[in-house]
Amino acid sequence: MSSKSLAGIVKLALVVGSLQLGSIGLALADTTILNVSYDPTRELYKEFNAAFAEKWQADTGETVTIQTSHGGSGKQARSVIDGLEADVVTLALEADIDAIAKESGKIPADWKSRFENNSAPYTSTIVFLVRKGNPKGIKDWGDLVREDVQVITPNPKTSGGARWNFLAAWAWARAANNGDDAKAQEYVAQLFKHVPVLDTGARGATTTFVQRGLGDVLLAWENEAYLSLEELGPDNFDIVTPSISIKAEPPVALVDGNVDSKGTRKVAEAYLNYLYSDVGQKIAAKHYYRPFKPELADPKDTARFTELKLVTIDDFGGWKEAQPKFFGDGGVFDQIYRPGQ
Amino acid sequence: MAHDAGYAPDTLVTAATSETRLSRVVLTIVALGFVALFLLLPLATVFIEAFRKGAAEFFTALGDPETFAAIRLTLLVAGIAVPLNLVFGVAAAWAIAKFEFKGKAFLTTLIDLPFSVSPVISGLVFVLLFSSHSLLGPILQSYGIQILFAVPGLVLATVFVTFPFVARELIPLMQEQGTADEEAALSLGATGWQTFWHVTLPNIKWGLLYGVLLCNARAMGEFGAVSVVSGHIRGQTNTMPLQVEILYNEYNFVAAFAVAALLALLALVTLVLKTALELRYSDEIAASRRH
Repeated sequence: MSSKSLAGIVKLALVVGSLQLGSIGLALADTTILNVSYDPTRELYKEFNAAFAEKWQADTGETVTIQTSHGGSGKQARSVIDGLEADVVTLALEADIDAIAKESGKIPADWKSRFENNSAPYTSTIVFLVRKGNPKGIKDWGDLVREDVQVITPNPKTSGGARWNFLAAWAWARAANNGDDAKAQEYVAQLFKHVPVLDTGARGATTTFVQRGLGDVLLAWENEAYLSLEELGPDNFDIVTPSISIKAEPPVALVDGNVDSKGTRKVAEAYLNYLYSDVGQKIAAKHYYRPFKPELADPKDTARFTELKLVTIDDFGGWKEAQPKFFGDGGVFDQIYRPGQ
Repeated sequence: MAHDAGYAPDTLVTAATSETRLSRVVLTIVALGFVALFLLLPLATVFIEAFRKGAAEFFTALGDPETFAAIRLTLLVAGIAVPLNLVFGVAAAWAIAKFEFKGKAFLTTLIDLPFSVSPVISGLVFVLLFSSHSLLGPILQSYGIQILFAVPGLVLATVFVTFPFVARELIPLMQEQGTADEEAALSLGATGWQTFWHVTLPNIKWGLLYGVLLCNARAMGEFGAVSVVSGHIRGQTNTMPLQVEILYNEYNFVAAFAVAALLALLALVTLVLKTALELRYSDEIAASRRH
């Protein structure tokens, strides 16, 4: 290659580069809001974003583009703290939004009371995903500590979903032993002896169970369990709903600091409010989240949810108490879990 | 050895080495087996998975707007990072190979830094520099300049990670060639720029091309550092490797492997291109090495 053609390549690369920059600049000309969310909500928000954009256009005549970012809830919160310009956050855990409020000051401390139902437009719970036909006959939490059963759940130190799993198991054992927390701890310790591998996140655990074929039962979000059933074929797995589980409330919040600097407060607020509308509730139920107002959703969708006794995080004194007690350094989980035992 | 026949006339040695036939066969099988197991098999798997549901599915997957945006972004980032590193790399190698100055050894070591540092750290460096809590971040943000979680951050991280490729390739080559050609050109009245353009550059063009190809392959394939600074906004800040991870986590296996196959293809094209050029111009390359 001669030095001339070399220079030509450099020039071409620069021209292509600047063209690309130009087109990205154009794409940003409309109102754009960014929803920073957690892993399993992709399908839900894909549909909801389209519905909201249509509604906003009909109401105001303005076009709005909704961008989304998905990842582990804690990691996503960290990115917003570091400057990811989210207009709204829709995360898995209250604690993650609290962290943004505390570290960046972009969300007021009372964010939870700004939307209905503790700012949780939809809820979910923890269920069991078992192999087709339920060969091990797993019906409830008590079956998980049987000699022949292996359980897949992610690490509660790193995964939000895993903390709900842990507390749901605890809630069952506490109820089964007339409120005896010591007995509950014994049960949960037993349970984790049946866990061959602790993944760091919910999707990783699902992959371990589904793709690598490890374990007899996966403790999973209800919406994740139904999604894997839908995506990977109902011929391979069954869902078992236990007698008791925990009601998980994935919260949403407006990031005041960002919407005010971007001038998007009105549309971002409308976006979150729309989650509570009949359209939002219908879409949530369709994607296997339990809607806050089931009467607004399609009865066909809500009929898929099995009735079960649900405890809440308040039965554990709220996250502020439960987090350090169970999952902090030297907490209950550290005391009961020894790898390889 | 064969030449020692005069000293040991009764030994029949035909091979260049003294290993027995058995050990040579075993070694060859081990080497080939290793290549097959660790290189060919994974590569084949990627392509098989990508085409599991047919070619139509493969192209539909690549045509998805978010995936398409990821491909475009990857080309954009590489399109900026590679030319920058081409200039940086030539300048650094030029300075190190042709001049004597204080701190030269230090500079040479420094160029290697991105190789020895984990890509996660490379990404975190830019988070620390440009995040909302850093010194620079808020100042730039007050001017409406977004570095982190946007294209500039991706470019910076990629430039950092791929910096050594061009320079590393050129430094030994330029040192080996010495400064005689340049001195001759200068003594004949050429300007510094003419010397560089007509003497130095033609001498190093093969090394340069190789460095650029490697630099480009890494720039397109970089995952760790880019993942840290991306923010993972769909259709906006996801490069191809990040898109592969996302698609895989969303059970979209065909699409994930389709993008992976495209990335692998880029790597293969790079290698084929390099080999073809080497074969085509082997005389010239040997000549430039001999300089």
